[in-house]
Amino acid sequence: MKILVCISHVPDTTSKINFTEGDTKFDTNGVQFVINPNDEFGLTRAMWFKEKQGANVTVVNVGGPETEPTLRKALAIGADEAIRVNAEATDGAFVAKQLAKVAQDGGYDLIIAGRESIDYNGGMVPGMLATLTDANFVNTCIGLEVEGNEATAVREIDGGKETIQTSLPLVIGGQKGLVEESDLRIPNMRGIMMARKKQLTIVEPADASNETKAVKFEKPAPKGAVKLVSPDNLDELVSLLHNEAKVI
Amino acid sequence: MKPDLFEAPDYYNVDELLSDEHKLVRDAARQWVKREVSPIIEDFAQRAEFPDQIIGGLAEIGAFGPYIPVEYGGAGLDQISYGLIMQEIERGDSGVRSTASVQSSLVMYPIWKYGTEEQRKKYLPKLASGEFMGCFGLTEPDHGSNPGGMVTNFKDKGDHYLLNGAKLWISNAPFADVAVVWAKDESGRIHGLIVERGMEGFSTPETHNKWSLRASATGELIFDNVKVPKENLLPGKSGLGAPLGCLDSARYGIAWGAIGAAMDCYDTALRYAKERIQFDKPIAATQLQQKKLAEMITEITKAQLLAWRLGVLREEGRATSAQISMAKRNNVEMAIKIAREARQVLGGMGITGEYSIMRHMVNLESVITYEGTHDIHLLITGMDITGHAAFK
Ligand SMILES: Cc1cc2nc3c(=O)[nH]c(=O)nc-3n(C[C@H](O)[C@H](O)[C@H](O)COP(=O)(O)OP(=O)(O)OC[C@H]3O[C@@H](n4cnc5c(N)ncnc54)[C@H](O)[C@@H]3O)c2cc1C
Repeated sequence: MKILVCISHVPDTTSKINFTEGDTKFDTNGVQFVINPNDEFGLTRAMWFKEKQGANVTVVNVGGPETEPTLRKALAIGADEAIRVNAEATDGAFVAKQLAKVAQDGGYDLIIAGRESIDYNGGMVPGMLATLTDANFVNTCIGLEVEGNEATAVREIDGGKETIQTSLPLVIGGQKGLVEESDLRIPNMRGIMMARKKQLTIVEPADASNETKAVKFEKPAPKGAVKLVSPDNLDELVSLLHNEAKVI
Repeated sequence: MKPDLFEAPDYYNVDELLSDEHKLVRDAARQWVKREVSPIIEDFAQRAEFPDQIIGGLAEIGAFGPYIPVEYGGAGLDQISYGLIMQEIERGDSGVRSTASVQSSLVMYPIWKYGTEEQRKKYLPKLASGEFMGCFGLTEPDHGSNPGGMVTNFKDKGDHYLLNGAKLWISNAPFADVAVVWAKDESGRIHGLIVERGMEGFSTPETHNKWSLRASATGELIFDNVKVPKENLLPGKSGLGAPLGCLDSARYGIAWGAIGAAMDCYDTALRYAKERIQFDKPIAATQLQQKKLAEMITEITKAQLLAWRLGVLREEGRATSAQISMAKRNNVEMAIKIAREARQVLGGMGITGEYSIMRHMVNLESVITYEGTHDIHLLITGMDITGHAAFK
C-alpha cells in the first residue's frame, strides 16, 4: 500500500498571533512552526500501517523552503520520503490542485490529510482533493483499518460515531482518535540520523489558480475589565447586570 | 506537581544560530522531557530515588554519547547538539542530566578517546543503548579539588592489576555496571581502569540523605584487592590530563545544562508573576518583580551566547580548558542565582514541590560544586590570564 500523508506547516498552538501589511498577512516573526496536529495523528496512523502492513509512506507539503524542517521531522518520525511543492499555500483550492497532481503522479492508494489545519482552519483541502483525484472520501475520521482494497473508517458525527465501509483509493480528513495523543511519536536519534539520508524532492507547482483571497484578518476583541462584586452584595450584582450589562 | 507549561525563551533569536538538525534534536529532547520526565521527577526527587524507567528514553533521544561515532553506537552528532540535549534534560532536572553527562563524557568519552578498539567495541554500543550504565571515579575522601593527590593505586601482578583504594561522591555508582576509575601505578602515574560490577572486592555503597540531586544516585566505590584484567587499562592517555580531558567534555555540557535549569525557573516565575494578583494588580506589574525577571532574561541570553560560541570553538577543536571553565562557572552561577530569585517571585508557592524551582535551586548546589568548584574555576581563569597558579 502506498500512502501519501499531507503535512501542513502551522504555528505552534502557544504562538502569539499577529497580522501585518494592513491586517492581510500573518506575522511569522518569532513564531515556532510544527506539524499540523490533525496531520500528526494521520502520520502516526500511517506509521502503524508501515510497521504492521509494510506500507510505504510519503509526506507532502505545499510551501516554501521554510517548511522543510517540518518535513524533515516527519522523515525522522519514520516517513520514507518527502515531497515539497515549491509554492506559497495561498488558498484551499490551490493547495488541493497541487496535492492532486502529486497524488496522481505517485499513484497512492490512501491519502491521509488532516480534517483542517489549525492555522486558517479552512478544512476544504481533503474534500477537494478527493474530488480532484476521483477517490472516496471520509471526513472527521477517527479510526481507520485497511484490508486489501477495502477500508473501514470510523467518523465522528454529532454525539456519536459512524462506521463506514469503503474501498481504495481513499482520502481521509483525519483528526484525534485515529491515534491518541500519547501515541504521537517523538523523533528518536536513529530516526533523525536516518532522515539525513532520505529523499526530499522539490517539485515546481502545477499551473493552478486561487479561488479565494483573504482581504482582512481580525483578532477577537480583547477581554474587557472584570468587576468583582462581593458575595454578600447580591443587590449590587443584580443592579449591575440589569443597568450596566443589560442582560437581565 | 503542576502540568509542565514550559515555553523556552529566546530573546536574541539564538535559534537562528542553530541548524535545522540542531533544532530537531533539541525539540525532540524537549518534547521527551515534557512527556517522560516532568510528570514523574518531583516524586522521585522527593523520595530520593533514581527513575530508572527513563534510561531507555534517554538512550533514544541520544543523551548517551551523542557525539560518539555511529560505528560505536553513538549518534555522530556535533558538540552543539550535545549541548542542546544537556540543556533540555537539565530543564527537567539536573540529576537526570548528571546521569547523562557521566555516561557520555566521563565513561563513553574516555573509552572512545583513550581505549583500545576492543574496549570501544565491547563497551560503547551497550553504553549508548543504556544496556550498560557507567560511573566515573576520580574524587576521593581526602582529594576533591586536588585529585592529583589521589591514593587509590594498582600494582602489576603479572597477569592482572591489583586495585586498592576508595572513591567518594560518585554519580551513578549504586547501579553502574562499569566504572572508569582513576588510580596511580607503582610509579605514581595516573591511569584509567575499567572496573566491572561483580569483580571480587569491588563494592558501591550508596550515599544517603543528599539535599540536592535527589533523583540521581550517588555512592562510593570501594576497591579491596580487586583483580582487574590487564586488558581493562585505558592505554591511550595517562597522567592527570587524562581525567581532565573527560572533565572538559562534561563541563562543556554543564555550561549548556545550567541554561536549561535557568530557563525553567525564569519561565515559571514569569508565568506566575503575570497571574498572581496582589494589591489588585499582577505582581509582574511591580518594579521589583520586573527587575528580577528582566535581569533573569538578560543573564540567560548572555549565557546562551557564551555556550553557543564555546560549542563552535569546541567543534573546531579550539576550545581551551580555561575557556570551558569560564562558561561552566558563569552559567552555573547564573542559574543558581536565577533559581533563588525565581523562588522568591513565587512566594510561599515557590517552597513546595508543586513547582520545579526549589528542586532546581538545591540541585544547582551540587552542580556548582562538582566538576570543579566555583572557586577552582575562577582560579583556573586567574592562572590562565596571569600565569600564576594560585591553588597550588
Ligand atoms: C552530588 C555529587 C555528585 C558527584 N559526582 C562525582 C562523580 O561522579 N565523580 C567524581 O569523581 N566526583 C564526583 N563528585 C565530587 C566533586 O567533584 C567534588 O565534590 C568536588 O570536586 C569538590 O571536592 P570536595 O568535595 O572534596 O571539596 P574540597 O576540594 O575539599 O573543597 C572545599 C572548599 O574549598 C575550596 N577550595 C579547595 N581548594 C582550594 C584552593 N586551592 N583555593 C581556594 N579554595 C579552595 C573549594 O572551592 C570548596 O569551596 C560529586 C559531588 C557531588 C556533590
